[in-house]
Amino acid sequence: MDRSFFARNPSVLIFISLLALFTLMVTVLAEGFGVGVISTSFVKTLGKTLCLCLVAIAMDLIWGYCGILSLGHFAFFGLGGYMIGMWLMYERTRDIVVTSLSEAPLPPTEQEIVDAIGTQIFGVVGSNEFPLVWAFADSLVIQLALVVLVPGVLALVFGWLAFRSRVTGVYLSILTQAMTLALALYLFQNDSGLRGNNGLSGLQNLPGLEDVPQATISLWFLWASALALGLGYLLGAWVMSGKFGSVIKGIRDDEARVRFLGYYVERYKLAVFTLTACIAGIAGALYYPQAGIINPAELAPIASIYLAVWVAIGGRGRLYGAVVGAAVVSLLSSWFTGGLAPDLPLGFYTIKWVDWWQIVLGLSFVLVTLFAPKGIGGLVDLWMEQRAPDRHGADLGPDMGSLREKEALE
Amino acid sequence: MLRAVNIFVFWVLMVTAALAQDAPMQSVLKDHRDVIVKSSRKTIAPAIDAVATSGLAQAQQVLEAWQAKNMWLRKEDELFFRAEKTSSGLYALYDLDTGAQVGEAEKRDLRQIKPNSGIRAMLATALVQFQLSDPNAANRAAALQSLERDPSAAALEPLRASIPSEESVALRARKERLERLLTMAYDPDEAARVAAIKEMSGDLGVDVRATLNPILQAQVQVFDGDIPNDLNVKAMLIPGSDTLSLDQAYDLLVSEGLATKPLTPEDIRKALIANIDGGRVGGVPLVTLDTDAARAAAYQSLVEQGQVVPGVTSDQIGEIVAQYQFAEVYLDPLQPVTEAAERAISSINTRVAAGQGLDLVLDGLSLASIYFLAAIGLAITFGVMGVINMAHGEFIMMGAYAGYVVQQVIPDHTISILVAIPLAFAVTFGAGVAMERLVIRHLYHRPLETLLATFGISIALQQLAKNIFGTQARPLTAPGWLDGSLVLNDVVSISYIRIAIFVLALFFLAVFLFIMKRTRLGLETRAVTQNPRMAASMGINPGRVNMLAFGFGSGIAGVAGVAIGLFAKVTSELGSAYIVQSFMTVVVGGVGNIWGALAGATMIGFFQKGVEWLNPSNTLAAQTYMIIFIIIFIQFRPRGIIALKGRAAGD
Amino acid sequence: MTTLLEVSGASVSFDGFRAINNLSFQIGKAEMRAIIGPNGAGKTTFMDIVTGKTKPDEGRVLWGDKSQSLLALNEAQIAQAGVGRKFQNPTVFEDQSVAENLLLALKKPRSILSVLFFRPSGPDRARVAELAEHIGLKDEMDRKSGELSHGQKQWLEIGMLLAQEPQLLLVDEPAAGMTPEEREHTTRILVEAAKTRAVVVVEHDMEFVRRLDCKVTVLHEGAVLAEGSLDHVTANQDVIDVYLGR
Repeated sequence: MDRSFFARNPSVLIFISLLALFTLMVTVLAEGFGVGVISTSFVKTLGKTLCLCLVAIAMDLIWGYCGILSLGHFAFFGLGGYMIGMWLMYERTRDIVVTSLSEAPLPPTEQEIVDAIGTQIFGVVGSNEFPLVWAFADSLVIQLALVVLVPGVLALVFGWLAFRSRVTGVYLSILTQAMTLALALYLFQNDSGLRGNNGLSGLQNLPGLEDVPQATISLWFLWASALALGLGYLLGAWVMSGKFGSVIKGIRDDEARVRFLGYYVERYKLAVFTLTACIAGIAGALYYPQAGIINPAELAPIASIYLAVWVAIGGRGRLYGAVVGAAVVSLLSSWFTGGLAPDLPLGFYTIKWVDWWQIVLGLSFVLVTLFAPKGIGGLVDLWMEQRAPDRHGADLGPDMGSLREKEALE
Repeated sequence: MLRAVNIFVFWVLMVTAALAQDAPMQSVLKDHRDVIVKSSRKTIAPAIDAVATSGLAQAQQVLEAWQAKNMWLRKEDELFFRAEKTSSGLYALYDLDTGAQVGEAEKRDLRQIKPNSGIRAMLATALVQFQLSDPNAANRAAALQSLERDPSAAALEPLRASIPSEESVALRARKERLERLLTMAYDPDEAARVAAIKEMSGDLGVDVRATLNPILQAQVQVFDGDIPNDLNVKAMLIPGSDTLSLDQAYDLLVSEGLATKPLTPEDIRKALIANIDGGRVGGVPLVTLDTDAARAAAYQSLVEQGQVVPGVTSDQIGEIVAQYQFAEVYLDPLQPVTEAAERAISSINTRVAAGQGLDLVLDGLSLASIYFLAAIGLAITFGVMGVINMAHGEFIMMGAYAGYVVQQVIPDHTISILVAIPLAFAVTFGAGVAMERLVIRHLYHRPLETLLATFGISIALQQLAKNIFGTQARPLTAPGWLDGSLVLNDVVSISYIRIAIFVLALFFLAVFLFIMKRTRLGLETRAVTQNPRMAASMGINPGRVNMLAFGFGSGIAGVAGVAIGLFAKVTSELGSAYIVQSFMTVVVGGVGNIWGALAGATMIGFFQKGVEWLNPSNTLAAQTYMIIFIIIFIQFRPRGIIALKGRAAGD
Repeated sequence: MTTLLEVSGASVSFDGFRAINNLSFQIGKAEMRAIIGPNGAGKTTFMDIVTGKTKPDEGRVLWGDKSQSLLALNEAQIAQAGVGRKFQNPTVFEDQSVAENLLLALKKPRSILSVLFFRPSGPDRARVAELAEHIGLKDEMDRKSGELSHGQKQWLEIGMLLAQEPQLLLVDEPAAGMTPEEREHTTRILVEAAKTRAVVVVEHDMEFVRRLDCKVTVLHEGAVLAEGSLDHVTANQDVIDVYLGR
């Protein structure tokens, strides 16, 4: 009990070292550094994957540790992307507009510049006025703050409403899914102020850095994503290692018991829900500049469910499980659906992976839930058990685990 | 030989010409020969009127021939004939008065009267009075229809004249109604119009409103000095008020030529650019002109140099506008008529609002039936058994595709629907039982994991449907007898498909209640849900009951899929569009209770339609608000509308 | 002896069924009390009312020297006010070690920030070790509580109750499923605890109640049927009727 944080959580040091090694290797082999073994687009894919790993950590904290299967964390991820995307798009358009207006015989007034930006950005939804939500789009500092604040406040309000009415379990999951759907539908509207289903585009161009090649920018984002992932992992491990983590895991296993111990369960859940929403927002803000485009389809409920799939396959209740799950499944998915996987001829039928990957994923997900509830992370346990004496820990799912234990006794 | 023929023809012509000279129709036409030949829309009216009002029995045939471009002018004597091309290439000529064939002519001797489309329309209007009394009822109906579509003042008298002799009851009613409408709009007698308007002021027909609106058309006019007394003024307008802004008033003055256009920033910009002189405008360096104030100053200096005219300032706009009076003036000069029309339209609008309210209720009811149908299966699997099935939406989709496949095999839509419903039930029942056996059984008491596993099945099924049926929408066509709608009046109507869905929803409610309350399976299901251990000890096999109940819930989802497929596009994403709403329906209504699902569906259906009514352009927003509403609603009734209390609720 | 908890005229009904019917109950500051009664007598519902899980339809629940009403408080606030509860089935956090379980229950600030930055001090660890010894789990401190035997879990839960340092312990069937030796140990722990605080034990087992040697309240159909020493109540004709049938 009195050992240091790292001694108690050996996985943190291992993870940070591996992450650093990975980043270093990618950097050395990347085009931006001159070697060019790894193409710029693949560097971006890896950078994006790191962001997905970060949001998977957030998902693991709320689901694996706190037992709340949130089907809304990818919406927070998307919101973070939208917030940074607004600044990127505004400033980038501003640069273009100022350049083109400087050709005009008269120097442009401030109003003319803003009007021209408005026409550029909102012409596609038949408008040229700036909606209210773009009020701070010209300020990087404020938009960066909004990356955290918007998902955070949304999570705070939604969580407060949901937790205070003691909605739990699948009801809560459905409610978060409904929230996500409402948000996605709202963003799909043209008059939502965020360009409807066109979304925001051209986010890969950093304003003021037009001269820097994408090869270099992709590396910057890789480093930023790796740093964020490392810090997120550290934060998650630290938060969950102490008494706070003890309370959170207690809430997962028996909420009522924690309440009778005198803890304000709702506040703890709200704290974790909000914190993870903020982490998701940051991950999204790093992801979408690498993806280049964001649209409401990214926020659809299905995306949040996939997030749960990654964490479940990786192994929930352990941070490295979430990271491994997100990395493996998302990379495999893009490999299969990107048409890179070779077709599988069966003689009478040729399996095209583009068509069949979803089915394989869906079924393997069922199999994991049925036969390997610990996911890939369970392999680590198997390996550890060979070295450590067998200890009959209860097989605890984050949900109803103690109930099964009880029933076994009756 | 040829010569002989020519002589003969000439002789015939002479005789007929002599006859024609005395004929009354021919003389009418002759009086207007020049305008008829000129065939210009602007000048033709007297000619048509002359024929139409000639009172001759043959007028209708003449107008019809004219309209059909069958009226020809013989060049040599300038007489009009109806002509038809014969098989020999000549044209047979028919006398317009008697209708008898009077000879043949070559085309070069004739000149065709070619009325353009505008004239043909005028001819059609003129023909209406004849057609309205046509012995053939179909022709009368066609004439009536064209008049209904395009009413005119001229048709009023002929229409009235045709009513007493009308034999068909239906046509007579239509004629009388049209007569009222035309009276409202066109009768020269003011009192008759007012009376007609009052008479129709309780009528919800679109035609009545379409007649009233032009009567009430008004226009904003500007007056320099007092408003003439002979104008039918609707309202005085004060510039700067809500109804007429200062800028609108000034724009009106500009368009009337009473004031000069105000300067926009764009005008200033153009004027400045036009006067650029070596990097300066009016002595001001260009680079400083990046604010509106600087540009205005530069423009002012141009004014001082006399290079541009000074613009109107906003103060001046106020002053100029104040010199005039503005009023909204009815185009119809008769005040009693417009007053009566205003009263009529407001009374109609009140009734239309009531009608729309009723329509909204019907819409809400039909949406509620759809949600109920989509959710009823879920009410069993989720509500009663506590199993959360994310693939429920895909079962709905499977049902819809089953219906589509049946229609490919059985072309008759009525039979295919009758086959499809039980087949869809069977297919999804099987799928549900298989899923329960293979997956859900192992995950009882782990609801979150059930959610995820069934979600895995859901994405696999969706992709499978995509692989089999492709991504484009497949049609599932309703039988012919379900086409169309039940029309109560011009405001309230409901399509038969929606009625059918409503009936289907009621039917399944009844089936559900019957099975749960009156059958062994229902009894066992209720026993197993309340206390599985106790039920098992009494000889009930909980595994079998769960399997059957789950299959039953899934089967209903399949039937719902057939119903939904009839009005929605059948795609692999059909189910996912309904899944969230279905869960919401069950959660809002209250879990574990079929009446809860009914109440939830009703509430969500009506709420969504209500929001759509408030904001008709935006169904996406309606769904957003609906979900926010649900989240807030759950604050007040966490267990739904119909909540089980106490220990049974399982807290 | 001053009154710690006073329940008066409490009634609760679920869908027309009166689980608690005009129940009145009092307990002093350092007193052991056993509550017995047949199934459905309202024992668990009574504990639900006191701990705030169920709100009574009518009646008062007053607490402590200031006669504060517990009805306005939620479960966590009631727990912080000094009411500890042990459930019928042992509910410990099975994924966490015995020490972590005890540390979680230890009387310390419950706010998020203080919990987040909490690191156990020397006295905290000493207190945990002391408690573990008291409940006989000293050697099991680092084991996951899910690995404990049924009886050990019961003790751990009682230990967690003690760690909360409550003024009132509500203990639901502490001896269920225990061996005679384990019962003996449990009795000792409870009797020891009752020296400094109020302890309410709900129990079916008359033999166990006899060992506790305390005042007994008999509940029947949601109301108090009899109250007094065990011998007194077992001699009561009403109690005999209820337990043995008429």
